[in-house]
Amino acid sequence: MFKLPLQLVPRAEVSRWWTFASPLLALLFTIIIGIALFAALGKDPVQGLRVFLWEPVKSGYALGELMVKATPLLIIALGLALCFRSNVWNIGAEGQFIIGGVCAGGVALLADAGTGRWIVLAVVLAGALGGMLWAGLTALLRDKFNANEILVSLMLVYVADMVLSYLVYGPWKDPNGYNFPQSKTFEAVTRIPKLFASSRMHMGLLLGLLGVAALWVFLFRTRAGFAQLVGGQAPAAARYAGFSSRRALWTALLVSGGAAGLAGGLEVAGPIGQITPYIPAGYGFAAIIVAFVGRLHPVGIVFSAVLMSMFYIGGELAQSRMGLPKSITGVFQGLLLFSLLACDTLMAYRLVFKRKTALTHVDIAQAATKNIASLATKERV
Amino acid sequence: METYALLLAATLNAGTVLAIAALGLLINEKAGIVNLGAEGIMLCSAIAGFAAVVHSGNDWVGFAAGMGAGALLAAVFGVLVIWLNTNQYATGLALSLFGAGFSAFVGINYVQEKLPERPQFALPWLSDIPLLGSAFFKQHPMVYLVVAFAAVLVWWLYRTRSGLVLRSVGESPESAHALGYPVRRIRLAAVVAGGALCGLAGAYLAIIYTPLWVEGMVAGKGWIALALTTFATWRPARVLLGSYLFGGVTMLQFHLQGLGVDVPSQFLTMLPYVATIVVLALISRNPGWIRINMPGSLGKPFYPGA
Repeated sequence: MFKLPLQLVPRAEVSRWWTFASPLLALLFTIIIGIALFAALGKDPVQGLRVFLWEPVKSGYALGELMVKATPLLIIALGLALCFRSNVWNIGAEGQFIIGGVCAGGVALLADAGTGRWIVLAVVLAGALGGMLWAGLTALLRDKFNANEILVSLMLVYVADMVLSYLVYGPWKDPNGYNFPQSKTFEAVTRIPKLFASSRMHMGLLLGLLGVAALWVFLFRTRAGFAQLVGGQAPAAARYAGFSSRRALWTALLVSGGAAGLAGGLEVAGPIGQITPYIPAGYGFAAIIVAFVGRLHPVGIVFSAVLMSMFYIGGELAQSRMGLPKSITGVFQGLLLFSLLACDTLMAYRLVFKRKTALTHVDIAQAATKNIASLATKERV
Repeated sequence: METYALLLAATLNAGTVLAIAALGLLINEKAGIVNLGAEGIMLCSAIAGFAAVVHSGNDWVGFAAGMGAGALLAAVFGVLVIWLNTNQYATGLALSLFGAGFSAFVGINYVQEKLPERPQFALPWLSDIPLLGSAFFKQHPMVYLVVAFAAVLVWWLYRTRSGLVLRSVGESPESAHALGYPVRRIRLAAVVAGGALCGLAGAYLAIIYTPLWVEGMVAGKGWIALALTTFATWRPARVLLGSYLFGGVTMLQFHLQGLGVDVPSQFLTMLPYVATIVVLALISRNPGWIRINMPGSLGKPFYPGA
């Protein structure tokens, strides 16, 4: 059979250099494929690049919009980073985001003109609690019934979507809304405070950055964070050390669910301002990519959240300016994660060119030594 | 009574979509590979199959296109997880996310398209039997083919040498490797075959079952098919039964809506998803039972000679 003259050789330890280089290489790959895609569709690749990479950062207003979309991605991805580091595969952040939005919206709808500003706090808390509850279901089923958290959390996305749909078509539909499936717009007091008058950027961004610091301290500077990682990644070692892997499971899901719910609450009471069927914008799924591209590291995630936000804005612009479907965002998101995973191979393996020509006597001698050594070990056992 | 016969017919039809995909995923998992990209594969092959029928007018060209698309995507996934040792869960997820975006992107021009007149299927004589005829014998050939395929799969997996080799690759790749079997190539073949079947399921969905193209139309069927392999404790016959069961749950919502049950439609639409969660929890409750039946190296990478 046909054989490539390339071989992967395991590295003695994970290459630190490639840990940083891999996401950049993956981005480069994605851009190259993107250029090819634009060319294949008969669109100007230069305009394509401008729309995705320059337009989202070219002005103060554009940067503000970039941050508006980066905020939920950042917050959700921080939670997911903790989750994935604990070896818990919560892929239902989208559902937790929806339920967070629904709960926050429910509280916001209770407010009337006379309600005080404190209600914002209640709105945001309701969002976080809603997300925790939804992720808690997954944790419960995994903990008590050993049910696979990937499938349960994903199925709950569809259920959450139906809950939202029921509410906006049913009890929460605005009676004066010309029968559109959406709630009435929230009272001004319930809205998340904006950072500047001229932009839609809101307090959520600061919460997200606070989250970055909090996660960093928790993961790398506390005993509880260490116990969390060991509990998730090496249950046997954790048991030996007296760390609970059940606790790690619950923490991972409650924190990531809470974060996703918080993001949902901030989104609904922030830029959206009412409950509509369009609350799920795929942030929960995109945040999975954000978490991986950001190396599951709080600081890395800041950069990858901004990058993913550029993809979103670029997609919208590609639709309005170049007549391409908005779903091109999803194509690039998927491509980025694919390329990243492929490039990550270089962290643990070296790529070695190898000619087919037979083994040299040195190789044979080495192999023999290795064999004898391993035989000797077996003998001892 | 006739309504129930039709309900049963619809159940078999819905179950067929799940069965094709789940049997494909079963082949993957017997070889030790979990492909979380099933949903993405099904979406891409649904649009591939649909577009092929729109342009060619022939359903079987559509099925072939769906299978081809599925096999191609699965091959990419396979090379990544088998040769580059990427994480199976993350890579499958990437495929699902990519598939959702890519199918929507490519499919935008086909949203309004209609397929040529759908032919009616009926087996001669048998379909004239009252009740039984409309329940069982007025189906697309694929409905019968999948049953035959499941039977062949049982025979192949448990009664032939090559089936044994496939299972051994999933149970203990080290042993299979030591015996001289090309573990990685066998795994890739299994992944490609599984992907082709997921592709066929997607194409059947868009060409026969629905039949139209809407963004995100697979609506979680790929994930349910993944869950089905666990429900069935990795046994082909049980996969088939489970698929019909879930096909029934899907149909139940339409039936209840038709009966005018006073429940908001959203709660009925939830049924298959909730049922998946409930059954998954019940089946998984006994970890020992799962562990005995699960392919021993499911989800674990294999690097020969390391």
